[in-house]
Amino acid sequence: MRCNTRIPSGCAISGMMCESGDRVDGSAIIKSIALMHDRSNGLGGGFAAYGIYPRRADQYAFHMMFDDFAAKENFDEYVKDHFIVERDEVIPTSPFGNITSPPVLWRYFLNVDEKKLEFVEDREYVVNKVMEINSNVPGAFVSSSGKNMGAFKGVGYPEDIGHFYKLEEYKGYIWTSHGRFPTNTPGWWGGAHPFGLLDWSIVHNGEISSYGINKRYLEMFGYKLELRTDTEVVAYLFDLLVRRQNLPMELAVKALSAPFWDNIDRMEPHTKELMTAIRMVYGGALLNGPYSIILGHSRGMMGLNDRIKLRPMTCGRKDDMLYMASEESAIREIEPDLDTVWSPKAGEAVVGTLNGEVE
Amino acid sequence: MATELSPVSQIPPEFHVKVDHDQCRKCKRCVLNCSFGCMQFKDKVTPDHSKCVACHRCTTFCPENAISITDHPMVYKENANWTERIRQNTLKQAETGGILLTGMGNPKPYPILWDHLLIDACQVTNPSIDPLREPMELRTFLGSKPDKLEFERDEHNNVRLKTQLAPHIQLDIPVIFAAMSYGAVSHNVHKSLAIAANKMGTLMNTGEGGLHEDLYPYSGRIMVQVASGRFGVHSDYLKAGAAVEIKIGQGAKPGIGGHLPGEKVGLEISKTRMIPVGTDALSPAPHHDIYSIEDLSQLIFAIKEATDYMKPVSVKIAAVHNVAAIASGIVRAGADIVTIDGFRGGTGATPAIIRDNVGIPIELALAAVDQRLRDEGIRNQASLVCAGSIREAADVAKAIALGADACVIGTAALIALGCRVCQKCYTGNCAWGIATQRPELTRRLDPDVGSQRLCNLLTAWKHELQEVLGSLGVNSIESLRGSRERLRGIGLDKETLEILGVKPAGVGM
Ligand code: SF4
Ligand code: SF4
Repeated sequence: MRCNTRIPSGCAISGMMCESGDRVDGSAIIKSIALMHDRSNGLGGGFAAYGIYPRRADQYAFHMMFDDFAAKENFDEYVKDHFIVERDEVIPTSPFGNITSPPVLWRYFLNVDEKKLEFVEDREYVVNKVMEINSNVPGAFVSSSGKNMGAFKGVGYPEDIGHFYKLEEYKGYIWTSHGRFPTNTPGWWGGAHPFGLLDWSIVHNGEISSYGINKRYLEMFGYKLELRTDTEVVAYLFDLLVRRQNLPMELAVKALSAPFWDNIDRMEPHTKELMTAIRMVYGGALLNGPYSIILGHSRGMMGLNDRIKLRPMTCGRKDDMLYMASEESAIREIEPDLDTVWSPKAGEAVVGTLNGEVE
Repeated sequence: MATELSPVSQIPPEFHVKVDHDQCRKCKRCVLNCSFGCMQFKDKVTPDHSKCVACHRCTTFCPENAISITDHPMVYKENANWTERIRQNTLKQAETGGILLTGMGNPKPYPILWDHLLIDACQVTNPSIDPLREPMELRTFLGSKPDKLEFERDEHNNVRLKTQLAPHIQLDIPVIFAAMSYGAVSHNVHKSLAIAANKMGTLMNTGEGGLHEDLYPYSGRIMVQVASGRFGVHSDYLKAGAAVEIKIGQGAKPGIGGHLPGEKVGLEISKTRMIPVGTDALSPAPHHDIYSIEDLSQLIFAIKEATDYMKPVSVKIAAVHNVAAIASGIVRAGADIVTIDGFRGGTGATPAIIRDNVGIPIELALAAVDQRLRDEGIRNQASLVCAGSIREAADVAKAIALGADACVIGTAALIALGCRVCQKCYTGNCAWGIATQRPELTRRLDPDVGSQRLCNLLTAWKHELQEVLGSLGVNSIESLRGSRERLRGIGLDKETLEILGVKPAGVGM
C-alpha cells in the first residue's frame, strides 16, 4: 500500500483564518477548494482544521490511518505502552459517491505520562513516537498529531474528501485545504496532503527541487523521512527551526525562502549580518524550486512563496479574516467583498496571528 | 664498486619528432624554445627523439607549423602482461638503480567515477531557470558553522544576531587553486594565481614553500600552508593569510615527504623558505610533532592562538582507505576546513610507485566523508574541500552534489597557464616556465597574461555551473550541495553506488 517513491505533483491550495479566534464550519473551505477543481485530478485532497476539539484542547489528537483492523490492533498495543489514552473513536465519515476503499480511520486523544518526560520535553517525545509509529508499526500511519486540530485527507477530489469527512460538522478558526495533481497514481491515503506533525500542518503547491539536500540536512538532526514528500520536508524544517531551535518565525522564513545575495549586500549592516549568518548556517534548509505553501499552527497561519515566485498565491483580508489561495477566484468564491487583495512578493511571508481567544 | 654500464641507453625513445624540411625556414625558434635539449641545429633542425617529452613548446612557436610529434613508431612484441610501460621502467631501473620519479597526477586508466555520474534536469513538474534572466548564486563560505543560530533583541526591540560566528572565507565561486609551492613552481606562477584569486574572489594556496614578500599584498586571498618541513613559516606569514592549512598528506604521494633539490634553491627561494641557498629542502614524511590525532589538535589550536582565532584552519589529507574516520577525527580535533586530495591529484615530483598505486579516488572519499560527518551530526562543523583531479566544471558540479563545499584545481590551472601535462615537472626544465626556476624559462610566463587566462577559465566554469543550476531548477549553489538525489550512476556496481549514495540511472525519485 504505502508508496515509497517520490511523486511530483501540481496542486491547488486554499486557507482561511479568523485572527480573532472565532470559529466557522468547514463548508466555506470546501467551497473554495472546489472552485479550483481543475487544478487537481482526483488523486488526493485534504484539509487541516484548528480549534475543532475545544473540549479536549489539552490532549494530543492523533488522527490515524490503518491498512486494516489487524494494523489497528498492533497500534492499540503500542499506544497503551507509550501514552495515556483518554478516548479513542472512529472518525465519522459519510460514504460519498466518489470515495472508494478508505483505510480504517480512527482518532485517539492522548496524554503523556509524566514519568516518560524525565529526560525529554513532551513535544519532543510525541515527535519521536510519531516517527516510530510511521516507520515501525506496520500498516499504521499518523496523519496528524497536534492539540485541538486534525488533518482530514485521502485519495479523491478535495471537495469529495471534505464531504466524506463531514467537515460541515466541525468548527475551526483556521482551515487549510489541498487538491492534488500527482503525476502518477499513489493510491495511498497517507500520501495525500496536508502533512501534519504536532500542531504543524502544511499544504503545498509545488516541487522542491532542493529536496535531496533538505532531506539529508534533516536526517542529520534525526528526522526520518518516511513519506518522501516535499510537504513532509517543509513541516520538519519548520519543526526543526521554530520548535527545536527557537528561531523567530520571521527568520525561519528567511532561511527557507532566502533573500538573494545582491539584496543582502544592500541591506543595513545589522540586517546584512543577520541574513548572511542565516544563509551560511541554514543553507541546507533553503527550499529551492517552485512552491507556494500554507503553514498552519495553533497560533496562526502563514503563506510563503518561493524565491522567484514560480507558483501562484493570492491573499485577501476582510475584517478579522485572512484568506490565501492559489487563485483569487477561490477567495472571492467565499468572500466576494474583500477589504484588500494582493499577490505577495517572492519570498515574502504573509502572516496571520491569533490575537484573540479561541471561543 | 658498481660496474660502469655502457653510456648508450637501451631504452627506446617515447616520441618521434618530425620536421618538415620543405616548410622549415630555419628560424631556430624551436631550438631556442626547447628546454629539454631535443631540438638541435646542425645545418638543419635535427631532433634528438630520445629527449622529446611532448611538451608542445616547439610546435606552438614554429611559425610554419613544420613540426609534428607522434608516438615513437617502435613496435614491442605484443604482451598484455608485460606492457611497454613495464618493460621500459624495468630497463630504466636496471640502468639507474633508482626509484622511478615522475610528475603530475596518476595517469593510469583507473575508473574515473565523475564520468559515471549523470546530472538531473527539470521537465514540466518543476521549471528550469534561465541563468541569463534570473540570479544564479555561487557564493560559498568556508569555515566552521554552528548547528543553530541564536538571536536577541536590542533596546529598540530589533532582532540581532547573538551567536558569534567562527571566521569564514567568502568565495564567489566554489573553486579554489591548489597548493603548489614556490620552488615546485615559479614565482610567476604564484603571482598569476594570486592576482587571479583576488580578481575572481577565490583563493590560492602557497603550498609548503612559504610566501614571497612581493605577494603579501595579495594575501587576503591566499591560504598559507604549514607542512612538515615548516618552510617559510613565521608569525607574519600566518597572520597574513586568509586561512592557514596544515598539510598532512597529498593525493599524489600519501604518506611520504617532499624533496626540493638544492639546485632549485636560489636566493629568492632561500629567503622565502628560510633555508640557506643551495641546500636541499626536505619535508619529512610525518610532521615530527604530530604522531596522533591529539597532536594534530594541539597544532590546530597553536595556529589559532597565533592568529588570534581570526583565521579558519584547514587540514589537508590524502584520500586513503580509512579516510572517513580520519576526517571525522580531524573535525573533532578542531579543524574548520577539511581538504581531501584524491589519488589522481597532481604533484611536482613523486615516486611513480606511490602516485600510481596508493590511495583511493576522490569521488569515493568525498562521498564517504560527507556521509560519515552527517551520520555523526558534525557536518556543519567543518567545510569539506575536495581535490585530486577536478578537470572541468562538470566535475565541480558533481563534487558539490556529492557534498563538497568547494573544489580545488591544480593541474587544470596549470594547463590554463600553458602546461601540457608532459609529467616532467621534477626535472626543473619545464618549457612553459611553470615547474622550473631557470630564469630564462620562468620569464616565459607573464603574470598579467597568466592571471587573465586563469580568470577566463574560472569565468567560463562559473557560467557553466550556473547553466547546470538553472537546468536543475535551483538558483543557489547550496541547493545542489550534497543533493545526491540529483545524480545518477551509470555503469557502476551496487557497492560503489551505495558508497556514493547515488541511485542507478533509470531509477526515478
Ligand atoms: S621553429 Fe619551425 S620553422 Fe623555425 S626552425 Fe624550428 S621547425 Fe624550422
Ligand atoms: S608543469 Fe611543465 S614540466 Fe610539468 S607537466 Fe606541465 S608542462 Fe610539463
